[in-house]
Amino acid sequence: MNPALHDVLAFLQAWWVELVSGVVIVGVVPLVAGYLVLMERKLMADMQARLGPMRVGPHGLLQPIADAVKLLIKEDIIPDNADKMVFWMAPVVSMTAALTAMGGIAFGPSFLVARDINVGLLFVIGVSSLGLLGIVLGGWASNSHYSIMGALRSTAQLVSYETAAGLALVSGLLLAGTLRIRDIVYAQEQSGVWFVFLVPVAFFIYVVASIAETNRAPFDLPEAESELVAGYMTEYSGFRWALYFLGEYANMIVVGAVATTLFLGGWLRPFPNVHWMNWLDALPALFTAAVGAYCVFRAGKQPARVQVWFMWAVALACFVVALILAAPLYGPLSFLKLGLHGAFWFLLKISAYIYLFMWLRFTLPRYRFDQLMHLGWYILIPLAIVNVLAAGVAMILEMEYGWNRWLALVVTTLFTLGVALFLLRLNDKREAEASSAAPPSEEPSTEDSYAG
Amino acid sequence: MRDDAAQKETLLGADELVLNMGPQHPSTHGVLRVKLKLDGERVRGTECVIGYLHRGVEKIAENRTYQQFAPYVDRMDYVAAVSNGLGYCEAVEKLLNVEAPPRAKVIRTIMTELQRIASHLIWLGTHALDIGALTPLFYCLREREEILKIFEKYCGARLTTHAFRIGGLQYEAYDSFEKDVERFCKDFERRIQEYVDLLTGNSIWIGRTRNVGVLSAEDCIALGASGPVLRASGVKWDLRKAQPYAAYDLYKFEIPVGTNGDTYDRYMVRMEEMRQSRLICLQAIENIPAGPILGKVGKVLKPPAGEIYHSIEAPKGILGYYIVSDGTTQPYRVRIRPPSFINLQALDKMARGHLVADVVAIIGTLDIVLGEVDR
Repeated sequence: MNPALHDVLAFLQAWWVELVSGVVIVGVVPLVAGYLVLMERKLMADMQARLGPMRVGPHGLLQPIADAVKLLIKEDIIPDNADKMVFWMAPVVSMTAALTAMGGIAFGPSFLVARDINVGLLFVIGVSSLGLLGIVLGGWASNSHYSIMGALRSTAQLVSYETAAGLALVSGLLLAGTLRIRDIVYAQEQSGVWFVFLVPVAFFIYVVASIAETNRAPFDLPEAESELVAGYMTEYSGFRWALYFLGEYANMIVVGAVATTLFLGGWLRPFPNVHWMNWLDALPALFTAAVGAYCVFRAGKQPARVQVWFMWAVALACFVVALILAAPLYGPLSFLKLGLHGAFWFLLKISAYIYLFMWLRFTLPRYRFDQLMHLGWYILIPLAIVNVLAAGVAMILEMEYGWNRWLALVVTTLFTLGVALFLLRLNDKREAEASSAAPPSEEPSTEDSYAG
Repeated sequence: MRDDAAQKETLLGADELVLNMGPQHPSTHGVLRVKLKLDGERVRGTECVIGYLHRGVEKIAENRTYQQFAPYVDRMDYVAAVSNGLGYCEAVEKLLNVEAPPRAKVIRTIMTELQRIASHLIWLGTHALDIGALTPLFYCLREREEILKIFEKYCGARLTTHAFRIGGLQYEAYDSFEKDVERFCKDFERRIQEYVDLLTGNSIWIGRTRNVGVLSAEDCIALGASGPVLRASGVKWDLRKAQPYAAYDLYKFEIPVGTNGDTYDRYMVRMEEMRQSRLICLQAIENIPAGPILGKVGKVLKPPAGEIYHSIEAPKGILGYYIVSDGTTQPYRVRIRPPSFINLQALDKMARGHLVADVVAIIGTLDIVLGEVDR
């Protein structure tokens, strides 16, 4: 055999999983991100008493595809004074980081995306943080004031909140005792309880910090529309802009997956070890079947025939999925259970997490930059440090002094909550002092505003 | 921009950054252009560049008859067209020395108060959007739609209504006018609570608005600021009470005032004003006097030579018309005192020392409409 061909074959044999998963990620994530956008717009419309996209396809279901096509064929504008090479590279960096991080995530025990690395979690958060580089480069290369301000904000924000998020993850990792994604979930299965109930404060810190990390409201300062037009993306248009957008939504999935893995029990169903709760295994099938039944119920009330057909099609799809999800309940096929149900629970948890993100976005006003920094450095980071120490003390109490794990953690969590209250009090006091001490305006205006 | 000799050094010893905000910017409420002198994100000075929407409204007036000019005033503050019209019609009536009949006055009052609510709703929605809350805008537009529907039923137009005529009204109120207004007002109580739930107690909202853009009462008076901006600084000055016009002397209402003169106070004042306007409408529809709707004015208006100044409390502040007549059918000169233009003067004073994000909040809280600033 030709040695070159042999080498290629050997390479493929060794790396085919990674290659295939890479192709799958690049192929599937943009689609998922597009539909996440549609979901967000529909949810936002629902909360704002309007309909959202309705024109392209039934109930706007083809809107993401139309958007993608539109962005692809749009004129590619690069500002004259931009640093062209960096301008070209920045969105690619941003998106690549987010997509690479997806590779380290396990969607189920047998749905590992690429490879189970022994430092899996570290890999995921490390690589996804690289996306920041793309934002900074893009802001710099655009040669625009708005862009550079967005990039500066983004740098400061991500560096601060990455610290808090990392420290929050440490508390969870102390309990898991491993960084390997699969083992983290197994540790939760063994302890019989999701880590969110053991270290709730860490989970809370992670939720807040991960919203900031993904640049979502109320921490969307780097792209604050009303202030910086579009922040670091101001000069980007067309497909480059889409790449940034894609990176952002992929990042949301990544942080959702990390939170799910470490705090929400990954692919485990609720109460994984309680046998009389085994009926929960039927839930995935029943849930999808219920959605299908609802579609059938609604089909009769649709105003147009195409919508009726559409509802029937959705119902049919739901029933098929329900059948597939029900298959593991049948004895001989039960080997499918871990994979299918694992993926179901995992996706459900990620969806819930992302739903929370969106809900907050629709509800809350935006923080100001100094307030954001104060929140990060005066409250979240100290609290995260205390929380790590508290979790460590709890582990020592459990291992060295034989305390019950629950008791140890309840005591330390209460202590951490006390610290949180103290920090908030301190913050209020500081704010009150700042506002009473000196009004912020510097000097009386001596300048003639109309002097031109 | 003039460089002050006593210019303080920037925080890091870096150059000052001049950021050009507008005229194409998501939150300058139209085509306002603000040049910001920045030290990092801190504002060291602002300069407003206006005139992008200048249409020469005052000059146009000199070439139109009194009636012909009336629709033009609707296009100044186009989110409060009815108030503009009321001010103009009353000014010309004063010049002609005629008075609108009582029925016309009451209907004018109802329409103007509805317009005040609509204007404040637009302010609230866009102001909240500037500060990053997406949802209140759509709730506000939903309620404003109800008001615009009433306008449409009344005079056929929704935005630039041209609802009143010199001497009274052109149209009789339609059959279910009272019922529509009452339904809206009854419903509105509950709706206001929705905005309050979303914003008033929200700690982010409070953090973004309290102590931002503080104007003391002296500053307000010195700068000529009026309307909610003035009242939020604690000055109880409302022309509806101070110099009652239309039918305002018939109704009981409160003038809300603030204490700190910051953005949060202005928010609270405007929210309370919406409630008070609602109460005025409810009182007014209970007893709309019968009678003619148009006073004794001829087809051709020829006011005696002379000059007149009349001002009303528009949603954004004191809106004044100064009209000079030379005894012909066309005004010799019309000078308009637009509240937005004069309130905008306070921007520099308010924004100094704050961050870029606050400038957006301050522009929002001044509630400017560029159509009125530039005329």
